[in-house]
Amino acid sequence: MSPQGRLALVLGGLAGLLVAVAAAALFLGSAPISPGAVIGAVTGRAAAESVERVVTVSIRLPRIAVAALAGGALAVAGVAFQALTRNPLAEPSVLGISGGAAFGVVIGQSFGLGLTVVEAVGLTGFAFAGALLAAAAVYLIAAVGRAAIQIQTLLLAGVIVGIFFASAITVIISLLDFNRLGGVIHWLLGNLAPIPPGALGLFALLLAAGFGLVLSHARELNLLALGEESAQQLGVNAERLKLMIFTGAALLTASVVAFAGPIGFVGLVVPHTLRMLLGPDNRLLVPTSLVGGAIFLLVADTVARNVVAPAELSVGVITSFCGAPFFVYLLRTRYRGTL
Amino acid sequence: MTALAEFRAVGFAYPASAKYRARPFRLANLSFAIAPGEIVGVIGPNSSGKTTLIRLLTRVLEPGEGEIALEGKRLRDWGRAALARRIAVVPQGVSRDFPFTVEELVLMGRYPHAPGRYFENPADVRAARAAMDATGVLDLAPLALASLGGGETQRAIIARALAQEPRLLVLDEPTAHLDLRYQAETAALLRRLNRQRGLTVLLVSHDLNLAAEVADRLLLLADGRVARLGAPAEVLDEALIASVYGCAVRVDADAGTGPPRVRLLYDRGVAGRV
Repeated sequence: MSPQGRLALVLGGLAGLLVAVAAAALFLGSAPISPGAVIGAVTGRAAAESVERVVTVSIRLPRIAVAALAGGALAVAGVAFQALTRNPLAEPSVLGISGGAAFGVVIGQSFGLGLTVVEAVGLTGFAFAGALLAAAAVYLIAAVGRAAIQIQTLLLAGVIVGIFFASAITVIISLLDFNRLGGVIHWLLGNLAPIPPGALGLFALLLAAGFGLVLSHARELNLLALGEESAQQLGVNAERLKLMIFTGAALLTASVVAFAGPIGFVGLVVPHTLRMLLGPDNRLLVPTSLVGGAIFLLVADTVARNVVAPAELSVGVITSFCGAPFFVYLLRTRYRGTL
Repeated sequence: MTALAEFRAVGFAYPASAKYRARPFRLANLSFAIAPGEIVGVIGPNSSGKTTLIRLLTRVLEPGEGEIALEGKRLRDWGRAALARRIAVVPQGVSRDFPFTVEELVLMGRYPHAPGRYFENPADVRAARAAMDATGVLDLAPLALASLGGGETQRAIIARALAQEPRLLVLDEPTAHLDLRYQAETAALLRRLNRQRGLTVLLVSHDLNLAAEVADRLLLLADGRVARLGAPAEVLDEALIASVYGCAVRVDADAGTGPPRVRLLYDRGVAGRV
């Protein structure tokens, strides 16, 4: 089958699955609301102030939107970082980029920035700056003494930078307000609490920009897999491409961290699962990862909301429980020879 | 006849950083031209400038002095995609980090023909299939590159370069990791592409005999300079090769008609020392 055909088929299937998962997430939750009442609330037949309407329309629906957007963004960022570093195990959290962005967010929050639209722009700016800082640190550590960065060096540098920023975050929070530490730890593991409609719109807009940057260079990313020199000899402006992809992936990561916290491993699990289905073509992986990531994080969040109800887990706990063994599996099977 | 590509007094030095090489390296006053339809072999010892020459010709590096022209136009006035439609490079190997199939690899060669296109169109697919047919890898199209042997991988990479439909094919050590049979196959393939399609070839090789076998002219580099440029019989001179490579060789003229053969005389450490 042609690549176009495979893309249409898989994208169609995933879109159907996303709708089904989103619908299921709407019916599941710690508040006991009957399926009939949920339908009533969504179709507007329930009273405006009724519990059913508040829970489904004001809590569950926005939360579903945040989970879908964040999951899609993280998966696409994973594909982009994997192509950019030519390292199949790269991912925003493994590379320390999420950690840097989280550090930026905590600094921003210490200046009192919240989630009104204007403040959220500032917060994302801080997250983006933190992501840049982390990327620069990882690059400087990994590039020392070598012309080509080795896979294991890059991962090691990412882990070190991630640990450093996690500690820095703890220090800042402890200095500012020790009582907030618990809340921050919850956020550090990923918190998909509903965000205000204005901020949600901004979130979607930022992600659309980042996604657009990555998608529009998907074909060039395939050529980059041949090495930078070969890509250039095939007509790609490699420096510009790397800048565009890094900007797109960092924007996706920073936005998710600012609005939902540094959720790990989505960018590893989703692209690799899709690679098994579709092969390494980034033109297929980028759009399908957007939908696949949305499904994955939505399922993870629905589990996180329900598994210990009425309490709830951070969604990052679920993604790490899936992602860490998956990482080990990839390490031990597919990349045995390269590591 | 105007040259297809021409180096005019080209000089180049790598940046001072000791990251890439242990000792400073530079190309100096490099002048030569490649005529349309000819096969030029570039030979020379390690770090004599062979790879740098390819990088300069494909604008991966910019010359510090002099200039390079393609079809009479300065290289830096060419866009990258337009350049990739004229010059295709066959690198020494291909990364296997991502398991692309042979067909996916060869289709990448179509990128410079329409960089803005998301998917290749039917004409691109036809060109890729023709390229795979020319190097005999059409049957391997759906296979992952990682599953191929050395000779098959090499032919897949050459097919990718042919899919660019270039005027000039540049090969970087095409037989470096191949056994005798594939060396012979590569030589035959290059000659066929040259004769049947008029493809101009720049062959960079450590293998002096392969270069002499297929090339019309040889360019011998030594320490970033042209040591000699001419017909294989002129360049493969016993004294010259011995001094450039720093070892003793015997050159056998091949029965008067064929190209000369270079034979390395191994120092067995007996005669001189004991």
